[in-house]
Amino acid sequence: MVLATLALGSVIGVVRLRRDGRVRDTAQADDRLVMADLGTDLGERATLVQFSTAFCQPCRATRRVLADVSELVPGVAHVEIDAESRLDLVRRLDIMRTPTVLVLDSSGNIVKRASGQPRKADVLAALAGAVSHVSSQNPDDM
Amino acid sequence: MRADPRALRFSAIITTVVLALVLVTGSVWPSAAPVLLAAQALVFALGVAHRSPYGMLYKAFVKSAPKETEDARPPRFAQGVGLVFAVAGLVGYLAGITPLALVATAAALLAAFLNAAFGFCLGCETYLLIRRLLPAAKLEVPE
Repeated sequence: MVLATLALGSVIGVVRLRRDGRVRDTAQADDRLVMADLGTDLGERATLVQFSTAFCQPCRATRRVLADVSELVPGVAHVEIDAESRLDLVRRLDIMRTPTVLVLDSSGNIVKRASGQPRKADVLAALAGAVSHVSSQNPDDM
Repeated sequence: MRADPRALRFSAIITTVVLALVLVTGSVWPSAAPVLLAAQALVFALGVAHRSPYGMLYKAFVKSAPKETEDARPPRFAQGVGLVFAVAGLVGYLAGITPLALVATAAALLAAFLNAAFGFCLGCETYLLIRRLLPAAKLEVPE
């Protein structure tokens, strides 16, 4: 029983170490967040949306990473949402853990998503994708 | 309130050892398992009250200040989750419901091990899940 539990823990731990904070693509027609959802303006070029709770140890470090990035890249906003006061959004977007970070393009489409603390380089790369996502869209759609 | 992450890690290691001992003694010396688990439940309860005995033990031996501190609320909440599992396990041992005793203790061991070995706080992550299921379960948490 002890060995089985520790073995299971090791597997979970290693998988977590590899997956935590990895920035993934989201399905094309995933969802779109608008000003009313966020309670604030979208960034001009992209928005980093962070879901946090009070009982979340990596949320603070994540906040630092995203604040850094939004300062570094012009036109990028960082919005932090208290998950428990927005359970409607949490359910709609199927958020299971905090921190969860969503990368929105300029019109609020969710283009990337990471659960766990993302690395700064990955967020920058995701932003590059989010910005090109907009420019590659058919002008007729705009 | 801030916490020393080294003391938290140390506490997680001792908790892992104690909970592993509960499961081991359960099969060789059945009367010792609930006593040990009751002691660990008490430790969890003291942790919730900011009086973690393992943390105090660490502070008694290590005098140096930590390089950085972290928010004390998430680990404190996780101690509360640990307490729930320890009490469930204790009920299992005392009432002779062996599957409950083993599963609850093993779940607490799993969470303590993930914290000790990887620094992941499984207990903390249950908070949002609990809130999703029970929107009324909001805890007031003064900073």
